[in-house]
Amino acid sequence: MNFKLKDLGPQLITVIAVVLIFGFFTYNAQINMENRGIDFGYGFLSQESSFDVQFSLIEYDGSHSYFRAYLVGLLNTILVSVIGIIIATIIGVIVGVARLSPNYLINRFAAYYVEFFRNIPLLLQIFFWYFAALRALPLPQDAEAIFGVFFLTIKGLYVPAFLWENFNIFLYSIIAAIIAIIVIKIQAKKLQETQGKQIPVFLISIGLIFILPLLSFLIGGVNLSFEIPKLKQLAATSFVYDGGLSLPPELIALTLSLSLYTATFIAECVRAGIQGVSKGQKEAAASIGLTPNQVLKLVIMPQALRIIIPPTTNQYLNLTKNSSLAAAIAYPDLVLVFAGTALMQTGKAIEIVSITMFTYLSLSISISILMNWYNKKIAIQEK
Amino acid sequence: MFKYLKQLTSLVAMVAVLFTFTTESMAAKKSKTLKNTQKKGFVRCGVSQGLPGFSNADAAGNWTGVDVDVCRAVAAAVLGDANKVKFTPLSAKERFTALTSGEIDILSRNTTWTLSRDADIGLTFVGVNFYDGQGFMVRKSSGITSVNQFKNGISACTNIGTTTELNMRDFFNSRGISYEPVAFEKADEVVAAYDSGRCDTYTTDKSGLAAQRTKMSNPDEHIVLPETISKEPLGPVVRQGDSVWEDIVRWSLNAMIEAEEYGITSSNADSMKTSDNPAIKRLVGAEGELGAAFGLDNEWSLRIIKQVGNYGESYKRNIADTGILPDRGPNQLWTKGGILYVPPAR
Repeated sequence: MNFKLKDLGPQLITVIAVVLIFGFFTYNAQINMENRGIDFGYGFLSQESSFDVQFSLIEYDGSHSYFRAYLVGLLNTILVSVIGIIIATIIGVIVGVARLSPNYLINRFAAYYVEFFRNIPLLLQIFFWYFAALRALPLPQDAEAIFGVFFLTIKGLYVPAFLWENFNIFLYSIIAAIIAIIVIKIQAKKLQETQGKQIPVFLISIGLIFILPLLSFLIGGVNLSFEIPKLKQLAATSFVYDGGLSLPPELIALTLSLSLYTATFIAECVRAGIQGVSKGQKEAAASIGLTPNQVLKLVIMPQALRIIIPPTTNQYLNLTKNSSLAAAIAYPDLVLVFAGTALMQTGKAIEIVSITMFTYLSLSISISILMNWYNKKIAIQEK
Repeated sequence: MFKYLKQLTSLVAMVAVLFTFTTESMAAKKSKTLKNTQKKGFVRCGVSQGLPGFSNADAAGNWTGVDVDVCRAVAAAVLGDANKVKFTPLSAKERFTALTSGEIDILSRNTTWTLSRDADIGLTFVGVNFYDGQGFMVRKSSGITSVNQFKNGISACTNIGTTTELNMRDFFNSRGISYEPVAFEKADEVVAAYDSGRCDTYTTDKSGLAAQRTKMSNPDEHIVLPETISKEPLGPVVRQGDSVWEDIVRWSLNAMIEAEEYGITSSNADSMKTSDNPAIKRLVGAEGELGAAFGLDNEWSLRIIKQVGNYGESYKRNIADTGILPDRGPNQLWTKGGILYVPPAR
């Protein structure tokens, strides 16, 4: 009994302290808001927002609710984070490996890139890419077509839009291909374990993922056509591209600066991971007759990944949180749309800021959980 | 003798109660904000982050502008010195929170008076020091001379967190024009983006357009379109719940406007004390007890006029002479064809 109390005591005190502190702040806020005649409540979320947003993944305009505006901001934040994470990972892995290259030119270039981009404040980089690039880009009427269909202008990157026929059949063919690949992979593993035979799973997978969707075009009735953006005149010197898809320069500048910045840190994680695997492992693997490819795939990478994943998770979290700097260059993310415009129009500061904080917390925790799951999966399985 | 003692005691008690009652009500009149301001020795005033003509700091950190002058007037009335103001530059997003949380005591930051702001979020608007309306700026070379020439797909740069965003939607929607809103947090970035060609038009209050035009790389290349798409009465704001402070700010502004009406300027204010017009004499503190109503002395308005000047002087110094809006438009006295009309100070 005594032992239990000793154990529980500090925990209990901590809980009481936390409750008291939160209680005090809540009470304090309540009193002050009452004194100043400010209402508290989340009812505003269903009211009409009556402001428009530049760029949205879901259908939205001012006649929708504030909650819908919140979703628009959230999706835009997720969009820029996901694209940023993918690009940052690709650049980071390439640069990290390049830093270990025996080629002097390549490893110096990679080192300079890392030192340069990680040592300049991110906000400055965002401003640089936005305003410097904005000034360098041509006006719509002066833009040269890239491959005849892409137009990179000061008002954004215009790309052809896909016009699908029977899109669902195309989608099914891709899903079928993925399922087939998984089945083949399992079979291949079984085959290797029981008979020691190896089949080229990678080549078969690539074949499947191309051939099945291609078949859907030939016999499935799927058809794809493109809508190419066309120049449209608004006024004597004012033009815009009509039709097709347009990516606003704010999105491009933000993704670019976020991924170039975060990639430097990921590159260092990758380098540390590869260097962290002892030389003896590689030599031992080679001595039992594995090919260099197999050495990398079966011996080096599984061990390196264990070192790479945890710090890289941090970088993914940083990128997601840093995306809130979007407000500086008018990219309509959660902070700009919800904690910016919506906050101003409703005056519900405490409610909106708390929702925004909670949202970022949930986003970060989701990424953490996903990465921890992956980390556990590749961790050493003690038997 | 003892017979009356009891009655005497109760009389003394009654007088004492009455007395405490009166001192209590006098103290209540000296509002909390007023008391704090006098204790601190400066007025805490929220202004913009730089809008020429309204609130703008020079290289030495001296603030000027018509919004700044409202705060200076309050400082002159309450503390006797128009320079005893601490200015806090605020973004559109921060301004109301700064006021309701008590970080500042007056918000004088080209803020539009609307029903929802006045009624909803713990604020009280005390008056209008500039009648404005939202307009559009375009490049001269575009050949656009009227909003009727706007076409589908036009991109418009503006600030977030202002009535501008709402008016813009109402305007484009009512005309059935599709548009791309590009909204920045700070005015400087809006100007930079519009100036670089990111947007076809820049929309905000017309006074703001005129002021920001002076910041463009080549001001002559841009014009403000003649149409006004909204009413934007801009004025100082105080926290709800301190009616004495509210009155002080309201009447400091009113005193400046009324002083112009009666021709009292910073240079002739002292000589006006001997005027024949009782309205003028009241305004320069030579007659009546106007200041006592909000716990100030009788020369509060005289100090405003002498140290800050009347409304016309403030307008001329900050907006007309700087070339922002030489024409006073609606911001002219009602006696001269404008709509500036304030209740009488009596």
